[in-house]
Amino acid sequence: MPLAIRCANLFKRYEGRPPVDAVRGLDLAVEEGECFGLLGPNGAGKTTTIEILEGLLTATSGDVEVLGMRWGRDDQRIKQRIGISLQETKLADKLSVGETLELFRSFYNQGLEPEEVLRFVSLQDKSGTWVVKLSGGQRQRLAVACALVGDPQLLFLDEPTTGLDPQSRRELWEIIRDFRRRGRTVLLTTHYMDEAERLCDRVAIVDAGKVIALGTPRELIATLGGEHVIDFALAGDGRAPSVAPSQFAALPAVQSARCEADHYSLSVAEPHVALPALLAELSARGLELANLTTRHASLEDVFVQLAGRHLNEEDAPP
Amino acid sequence: MKRAAETNRRPLARHPLVQIVLSRVREFYREPEAVFWAYGFPMLMVVALGIAFRSQPDRPITVDVQSRPGAEAVVKALAEDERFVIHQGDLEECRLRLRMGRTDMVVIPGSESQPKYDYWFDRGRPESMLARNSVDDALQRAAGRTDPVPTAEREMAEPGGRYIDFLVPGLLGMSLMAGGLWGVGFVTVEMRIRKLLKRLLATPMRKSHFLAGVMTSRLLFMVPEVVVLLVFARLAFGVQNQGSVLSVIVLILLGAFSFAGIGLLVASRAKTLEAVSGLMNLVMLPMWILSGIFFSSERFPEVAQPFIHALPLTQLIEALRGVMLEGSSLVGQAGNVAALAAWGGVSFLVALRLFRWS
Ligand SMILES: Nc1ncnc2c1ncn2[C@@H]1O[C@H](COP(=O)(O)OP(=O)(O)OP(=O)(O)O)[C@@H](O)[C@H]1O
Ligand SMILES: [Mg+2]
Repeated sequence: MPLAIRCANLFKRYEGRPPVDAVRGLDLAVEEGECFGLLGPNGAGKTTTIEILEGLLTATSGDVEVLGMRWGRDDQRIKQRIGISLQETKLADKLSVGETLELFRSFYNQGLEPEEVLRFVSLQDKSGTWVVKLSGGQRQRLAVACALVGDPQLLFLDEPTTGLDPQSRRELWEIIRDFRRRGRTVLLTTHYMDEAERLCDRVAIVDAGKVIALGTPRELIATLGGEHVIDFALAGDGRAPSVAPSQFAALPAVQSARCEADHYSLSVAEPHVALPALLAELSARGLELANLTTRHASLEDVFVQLAGRHLNEEDAPP
Repeated sequence: MKRAAETNRRPLARHPLVQIVLSRVREFYREPEAVFWAYGFPMLMVVALGIAFRSQPDRPITVDVQSRPGAEAVVKALAEDERFVIHQGDLEECRLRLRMGRTDMVVIPGSESQPKYDYWFDRGRPESMLARNSVDDALQRAAGRTDPVPTAEREMAEPGGRYIDFLVPGLLGMSLMAGGLWGVGFVTVEMRIRKLLKRLLATPMRKSHFLAGVMTSRLLFMVPEVVVLLVFARLAFGVQNQGSVLSVIVLILLGAFSFAGIGLLVASRAKTLEAVSGLMNLVMLPMWILSGIFFSSERFPEVAQPFIHALPLTQLIEALRGVMLEGSSLVGQAGNVAALAAWGGVSFLVALRLFRWS
């Protein structure tokens, strides 16, 4: 597979007091035709990385190749063939949707007709509406439309769905999938693990400026050892004699166990084996359950396993 | 047939420069306040100043006379001349009226047997000085003074010689300066704050297209602004252009270009609206004060003249007055024209180098 993006040993330091090392030795290889996700918590360096790849920032050191070309040598040619959406851009309030697209279209030698792109992002009825009158989801779709109007080979999306309601998120996912189905490449960043899981062919989990895990969502989840998770908490006022999680890790079919406050999570291969064993263990110790749920393991669990904390504190399970 | 027509139409409408200018123009006209400030404000200025400074051949002179013995003689002497509006009152009342500017001067008569007048006036107010001299004249003549040399009076009433004629080119220059700096500077910084500049940088758009587009759109906004001002001045006050219309147009375009360039330079790095407003005021303030919008800049001390002359607004206003008031040609204003063009060109080039897109 030819590579759409290749970067090796990427470093970025923001000079200042104190200097910030936002990216510290990051390697990426994005294949043509795949949807690749950079998943990571706030401040992980996702935006910095993607903006270096987009040619908006210069790396402190490292090697970057985009569509087989290099920034600093082939800038115009690269820009003609990529489409981007920044993490935060406020397009001109008082231009209409159609006018905004006409403007962006004029910068590209080749591209799509604005009406065509609008149909693609389901904004065809909004062509005459001022940007200021669009909803958050519609604005985000317009931002993606501006990225698509040059008919790019490669699409960069920085947190395309942050702050959107579930309905708008799904609509955007559909647009991205459509684009990928036409054989084009997508690199997106997100801090939503479900987004990475459902949308991306491959995911790089980024933390503190480095890739800490890489693979398809399935592969990553498989590294946990069990595809299921049992979450439970013990009865009591939170001060009940705490049991070391390792005690539960020894139970049959349990791959690993961890504990946060009074909440336990077990990584489990076969819940129908582990559950009876867990219940027996609890009653033997005279402990009572406050609650218990089982679910499929997610990339969130992978991140917690690797980084020892949650991806997104607000989204973390209780 | 239809397709051919379409492909013929496309290239120009799809040119990035055209699209950038179109977008700016649309945004501008969809912002009612901006339109008001750009077009209504200069017009209000002309009206206000035109009314304040309209030539009044027989402006009344208000004179207070302290009520005491001898006042009757003074009032009688002054009543001969219709220009005087006379008011009598006690000293305290007169003092207050003088202090508040309700009267131009106060006359304190001496005793009836020995005529003597005390004039109380404010040297800082031209109308007060005028009142003092006119009243003195009237009283001295009433007391029997004869002038040793006969005099005759002629009034300056030629077109181009009134204050309003002098004022309009000044206002025109001021409006071009403020419009250029605000119109270009503010918008650019706003786009930077919104990350719109960064977004544009990520497209294949040429930087020079963007900067040229912003300046061009500024030249377009200026057309109605200038037309409103000049047509209004003509209709309301009969202000006329003594020189060629073409010269005035060239000067206006050049002025707009120069100040748009300076606006771009001022905005090339600022990251907040406060920063850019501060910078623009800093740039405009000296010109507002020194460049002779309201009165000739030659009234400032000799040592300051080289500096004042180096300011682009001084050059623009001087050239405009030269053409509009004296009928001079552009060649006659070559020095000012060249200096102004240099300001604009150098500012644009420096801005292109310094410009920050994010
Ligand atoms: N212009 C800058 N100057 C200094 N430090 C910066 C700058 N931009 C980012 N940083 C720092 O670099 C680190 C990485 O930032 P970056 O924006 O790349 O993170 P991110 O993964 O995109 O986070 P988020 O999910 O919040 O968007 C952060 O610690 C941030 O504070
Ligand atoms: Mg980010």
